[in-house]
Amino acid sequence: MKVLVTVKRVIDYNVKVRVKSDNSDVDLNNVKMAINPFCEIAVEEAVRLKESGAASEVVVVSLGPQTAQEQLRTALALGADRAILVQSEDNLESLSVAKLLAKVVEKEQPDLVLMGKQAIDSDNNQTGQMLAALTGMGQGTFASEIKVEGDSIQVTREVDGGLQTVALSKPAVVTTDLRLNEPRYASLPNIMKAKRKPLETLTPADLGVEIKAHTKLLKVEPPAERSAGIKVADVAELVDKLKNEAKVI
Amino acid sequence: MTILVIAEHDNQALKPSTLSTLAAAAQMGGDVTLLVAGNGCGAAAEAAAKAAGVSKVLLADNPAYDHEVAENMAALIVSMAEGYTHILAPATANGKNFMPRVAALLDVGQVSDIIKVESTDTFARPIYAGNAIATVQSLDPIKVITVRGTAFDAVAAEGGNATVEVLEQVEDTGLSRFVGEEMAQSDRPELTSARVVISGGRGMADSEHFHLLEKVADKLGAAVGASRAAVDAGFAPNDMQVGQTGKIVAPELYIAVGISGAIQHLAGMKDSKVIVAINKDEEAPIFQVADYGLVADLFTALPELDSSI
Ligand SMILES: Cc1cc2nc3c(=O)[nH]c(=O)nc-3n(C[C@H](O)[C@H](O)[C@H](O)COP(=O)(O)OP(=O)(O)OC[C@H]3O[C@@H](n4cnc5c(N)ncnc54)[C@H](O)[C@@H]3O)c2cc1C
Ligand SMILES: Nc1ncnc2c1ncn2[C@@H]1O[C@H](COP(=O)(O)O)[C@@H](O)[C@H]1O
Repeated sequence: MKVLVTVKRVIDYNVKVRVKSDNSDVDLNNVKMAINPFCEIAVEEAVRLKESGAASEVVVVSLGPQTAQEQLRTALALGADRAILVQSEDNLESLSVAKLLAKVVEKEQPDLVLMGKQAIDSDNNQTGQMLAALTGMGQGTFASEIKVEGDSIQVTREVDGGLQTVALSKPAVVTTDLRLNEPRYASLPNIMKAKRKPLETLTPADLGVEIKAHTKLLKVEPPAERSAGIKVADVAELVDKLKNEAKVI
Repeated sequence: MTILVIAEHDNQALKPSTLSTLAAAAQMGGDVTLLVAGNGCGAAAEAAAKAAGVSKVLLADNPAYDHEVAENMAALIVSMAEGYTHILAPATANGKNFMPRVAALLDVGQVSDIIKVESTDTFARPIYAGNAIATVQSLDPIKVITVRGTAFDAVAAEGGNATVEVLEQVEDTGLSRFVGEEMAQSDRPELTSARVVISGGRGMADSEHFHLLEKVADKLGAAVGASRAAVDAGFAPNDMQVGQTGKIVAPELYIAVGISGAIQHLAGMKDSKVIVAINKDEEAPIFQVADYGLVADLFTALPELDSSI
């Protein structure tokens, strides 16, 4: 079984972004970047599938600037076999990413595509579902457990009221939720080894995809600030405030 | 302007998120059709016909739409999309699952999780865990949109008088098969629509201690939530997680107990009207957003709270 894993280069999740003073976008200058946490979970899952013998090859793909090579190298250090960078300095919307990925899928013919459920920059939660639609595959989104059984992939999904399990036939798209696994750290020898693993660079033109804008970003603003209130001395004062000042209980 | 809204329901009634999505549709203006798709969902369609602002209800009642399987839901919606300028669904686990599939099949983008309608094509939505609000204009002929329920005041569930039209065609893609589900059973109100939410974090230290929260919750008629750390530690089930990647809540009163206030958690609750934080660390970031902060050990504060309300 061949597994294709998508990794997006995003702001590190510990960093609090700031909005640019001209409100054109957020400021990503000199900000620490990392693999999107959900994609890291996807890489980990793929590597575990390989370690268990269920997968034979793990290919990671990222779409974005040349610097996204860093995140691909990290994924290789975590255990992926080879990497593809679809290089584009333009901002790619989810539908464009899905179209480019559909071409990569056509080329690579994976049995399973593992993706993050959401990129923590756009918070879109779209791309996996879109890729599944464009390739005519079934989708198992928000996965907290994946079981491969012959030609079928069983996915336990985190839904609003609890957990739901669906069976998909291969090939399928699965997007990861936080509880699927806990990603490992890359060891130094593996980081060294990753430098020699193959990394192929393509362009949207190589894949024959024309990038189209579907939305226009008009402005980006900081959210309404909440100011800190007061500290209460004890439970009695808290209850009094909630009853008589805020009137919420 | 003709708007198609996809209903979230439990076969019997509409979920509050549907009524909030109808409110967003009303702000866009135009004629609103509500699609109720499911298996054995006739009663929900009857309820839908009474919702304010709905001019027509379409009922797709077939085993193919059981559990709102994304592949079949998307095929159904795409098959009937012609003529609509907007397709809206609540940004729930279901809506998030099938709507991007709809968008891709229609070759249009999706605007996720909107919190404000600026005009018929321009919407505001949070990005970067709510640390920035983007205003985006959709350039597509059909706008595919998911709506954050907490950002719109629900329309009235009663008073409308729409016609119900039964859809005969069935879209069954066979791409995925429902195997089973494990749903949390609770008599408490639903997290996303509760008036009061009380959440526990890693500070709860043990799943056993969650009953301290539950006792207070029962007195206040509150829903119980959790931080991701609490869910990861097994103190609470996953569907209780509040945050950027969990549930978004905006109750009248949110009580955070033993939660530090990471940005990912704040993203899910900082629009609550009144926030209370109980934490033994006075430096905890949660105090920066709390209206009332109590620096205390939760194991003494919770029983005290329980006996004084
Ligand atoms: C991609 C991604 C998505 C995420 N999404 C979410 C999300 O949706 N929701 C979410 O919540 N988190 C999310 N997180 C995790 C988030 O970053 C934090 O790790 C998490 O919110 C911390 O939970 P906590 O506050 O319960 O734990 P901690 O940060 O460990 O805080 C525990 C708090 O309890 C207090 N405490 C301990 N004992 C006591 C006591 N006896 N009495 C009183 N106070 C006590 C401590 O002072 C401390 O402040 C996400 C992380 C990532 C990477
Ligand atoms: N530019 C990209 N490069 C690689 N993967 C991406 C890219 N954009 C989105 N993805 C994948 O799609 C998932 C969902 O992203 P989104 O729909 O933007 O929230 C991410 O977690 C990634 O796995």
